[in-house]
Amino acid sequence: MATTTPPQDQSRRGTGERAPGRLGNVIFKGISTTSGVMILVTLAAVAIFLLYRAWPALVANAEEFADVSFIEGNLWEWVAPLLFGTVLAAVIALVVAMPLSIGIALFISHYAPRRLAQLLGYIIDLLAAIPSVIFGLWGFQWLRPLVEPLFAWLSSNLGFIPLFADYTSPARNITTGGLVLAIMIVPIITATIREVFLQTPRLHEEASLALGSTRWEMIRQAVLPFGRSGIISAAMLGLGRALGETMAILIVLSPGYAINFFLLQAGQHNTIAANIALHFPESSGIAVDALIASGLILFAVTFGVNMLARWIINRRAEFSGAN
Amino acid sequence: MKLATGRRMAGITAISALALTLAACGSDSSADDTTDSGDTGSSEETGGEDMGAELSGTVAGSGASSQENAVQGWLAGFMEANPGATVTYDPTGSGTGREQFINGTVQFAGSDAALDGEELAAAQERCGGTVIEAPLYISPIAVVYNIPDLNDTNINLGPDTIAGIFAGEITNWNDPAIVEANPDIELPDLEIVPVNRSDDSGTTENFTEYLAAAAPEVWTHEPSGLWPVEGTQSGAQTSGVLGVVEAAEGTIAYVDASRVGELGSVAVGVGDEFVPFSPEAAANVVDVSPAAADATDTILTIDLARDTQESGAYPIVLVSYSLACGTYDSEEHASLVQGYLTYVASEEGQNRAAQPDVAGSAPISDGMRERVNAALETISAG
Repeated sequence: MATTTPPQDQSRRGTGERAPGRLGNVIFKGISTTSGVMILVTLAAVAIFLLYRAWPALVANAEEFADVSFIEGNLWEWVAPLLFGTVLAAVIALVVAMPLSIGIALFISHYAPRRLAQLLGYIIDLLAAIPSVIFGLWGFQWLRPLVEPLFAWLSSNLGFIPLFADYTSPARNITTGGLVLAIMIVPIITATIREVFLQTPRLHEEASLALGSTRWEMIRQAVLPFGRSGIISAAMLGLGRALGETMAILIVLSPGYAINFFLLQAGQHNTIAANIALHFPESSGIAVDALIASGLILFAVTFGVNMLARWIINRRAEFSGAN
Repeated sequence: MKLATGRRMAGITAISALALTLAACGSDSSADDTTDSGDTGSSEETGGEDMGAELSGTVAGSGASSQENAVQGWLAGFMEANPGATVTYDPTGSGTGREQFINGTVQFAGSDAALDGEELAAAQERCGGTVIEAPLYISPIAVVYNIPDLNDTNINLGPDTIAGIFAGEITNWNDPAIVEANPDIELPDLEIVPVNRSDDSGTTENFTEYLAAAAPEVWTHEPSGLWPVEGTQSGAQTSGVLGVVEAAEGTIAYVDASRVGELGSVAVGVGDEFVPFSPEAAANVVDVSPAAADATDTILTIDLARDTQESGAYPIVLVSYSLACGTYDSEEHASLVQGYLTYVASEEGQNRAAQPDVAGSAPISDGMRERVNAALETISAG
């Protein structure tokens, strides 16, 4: 309706006849521009705040941290294991969540009857609305007792592989943490992938079927290649959320400050966000600066992950239509 | 600030409501209390008559957050009895509390540590001579374990055994060292899982102080608020620790004694005997501890005897002091601080804080109360 009017609009400028519509345009343009700018301002404000508050810790040497009970050595020696733990937990979450999400998305887009697919879609979206503290309590009270026998079996039968060595109950280890994170990031990954799969050109699918493919072969030939960049970007979105998750990890994990791959041992790893939540209440002075500095590093890593996702999507954009 | 006051007021309201309910339900016990404290009560009453309705005005305190729950109970009780008085307490932490007390921002303070030499000199200058330090908050720390069959009994553990368990050297409940101390109990073949606080806490600091003092050969770490052993099971705050302990059998941990609940608690080896946690035993260790080097009649600081051999003393406690001046500039401050701290030291005040839903602390002994009251009587305006 409005698309045909602009020339007239311009010719009648000043007469006031079209004033209500014009006013609407101006207001909406103002609102949307402000919102757009607001995002940049907020991001900049967060970055500046982090940098400003973290600066004393970033330039401090090991002696200045002598009074801080939870830091030994300098800032980087302290952050490195935390960063490692953060990435490890997120990677475990991703390894578990990706096959699950692709399966759910395929089921919804290509297997399930329409009604069921819709219902499932709603339920998956609902999962995303559950607060992380609930996931944490659920993970500790319900999921942990459930996985303990599995962990015990893994450790006693495959314990010669360092990954699974020396499990001790209760299972407050990085694997449990990663599993809880996996459940938390499944909704966002599934929702993204599902949308991409639904966009697969009908002609591709029909061509594949016409050549005599089964449904699974059609999915391999048409749907998955088309959705590859969408899958990657969904993974990166999930990774971003897993990196910053706090409460669930704080509740589920016995923290430690080591860099190793003992996935079933308690007290070996911790994540940056959970560590901030753990130590912030009793901290003051340079300790707070150090915690904020670790937050800045997490911010930078998350930012990097998102940039990487963009880059991958853009690089592959020409091979598929998912954008 | 406003927020904090609001929250505190809410807390006070809740506690007074609770107190009312308790009074309503337990008329027997409150009647007992009043008759019991007949002697001391009369002296308090005369004191009260002296000051009479003058107990009004405002004093402020700040300091140790360990005392926070107990102080809320005391403030509620004191202001109920003296509606005209306003006493506040800001749980800023011991260090800040001492600092604010010395520079005159607050009239009294709570501190987990005694004033050191330099601070004491500054405080004496601020107070015009006498400084009062009284150990009015004694919070026992229980060593709890989760072995469902044995949660009703107190397993006996000597200091070296406790230290060995938490250092990770003793790893099974049927270790000879544990079996030897518990001839009457059948101990299971079960792995011991030590659990600690993952955050910085006064509980951890006092527990590691105990381990370092009572079992120096086994426990080689320095006392600290942050748990020194790596690779352990742990939880944030007391609730987190209890969650982990309840999550698996064979776990052992240290928590505020008021939070033991259904878990078993250890009888700690003291000399030749084993002392299970009790409020009296916890107060006892404060009595048998030697006075600190700079202690006087008003500075009732002690060197807590964590390695005591005294019969019936429970050595794992957190002691927090109340600090006040001997002389205040204004009559209002002097009488209010005196009145408030006398209430805190009184049987009523100590019993109030001892209730599990207030702070679950251990009431001070009558002997300590006499010494504290003698010190508090020196408070005057001038």
